[in-house]
Amino acid sequence: MQVKVRYFAVLRERAGKSEDLVDVAPGTTVGRLFVDMFPPSAEGEMPAMFAVNQAYVDADHPLKHLDEVAFIPPLGGG
Amino acid sequence: MFALTDTVIDVHRVADAVRRAEAGAVITFEGVTRNHHDGKGVVHLEYEAYAGMAEAEMEAIGIQTVSMWPGALVAIVHRIGVVDVGEASVVIAVSAPHRDEAYAASRFVIDTLKAKVPVWKKEVYLDGSAWKANAEVVDESSN
Repeated sequence: MQVKVRYFAVLRERAGKSEDLVDVAPGTTVGRLFVDMFPPSAEGEMPAMFAVNQAYVDADHPLKHLDEVAFIPPLGGG
Repeated sequence: MFALTDTVIDVHRVADAVRRAEAGAVITFEGVTRNHHDGKGVVHLEYEAYAGMAEAEMEAIGIQTVSMWPGALVAIVHRIGVVDVGEASVVIAVSAPHRDEAYAASRFVIDTLKAKVPVWKKEVYLDGSAWKANAEVVDESSN
């Protein structure tokens, strides 16, 4: 199955693009997908928050076909 | 009014969105770009938002605020793109029957916005740039 991944801020710059269609195995969680796509590195650990279909979810949220996934880097609004 | 904009925010227009006969207090809060951070000179800020989700989260804050301070009304407009020093990156307007709840609700809105609304800020200096995270974090149970 496929999910649409949206990249923002520091992750957009690391990915070099702002969105992507990604193949994932059924049952994959949003936290697992993040670790697979952005392995922990010297650049530091990343987001505390995840969104699926534009709503915050926990890291163990299972993904479904055609979900819109966003890894949320530390916020800077205000 | 819960909106993103890439142009200068009209503060009066945001305040007018919450003005009504029942409200004895209208408070506007502006978050403004500083010319310095940690001793470095800031040239301007660049804001990026998750459009769609950002407006929805702002509206959710408005709904939560009304549930905590019945009679309050909230409007929020956040800039995206380049924001020059001295310009507002966010304008929050809150009206309420009395000033006590208006002040409290205004503080709640900005604190919650910083923790919940998917917006990111890059500080641009004369000699580089950096993504800056909010230091302030409100209670996660506020969702």
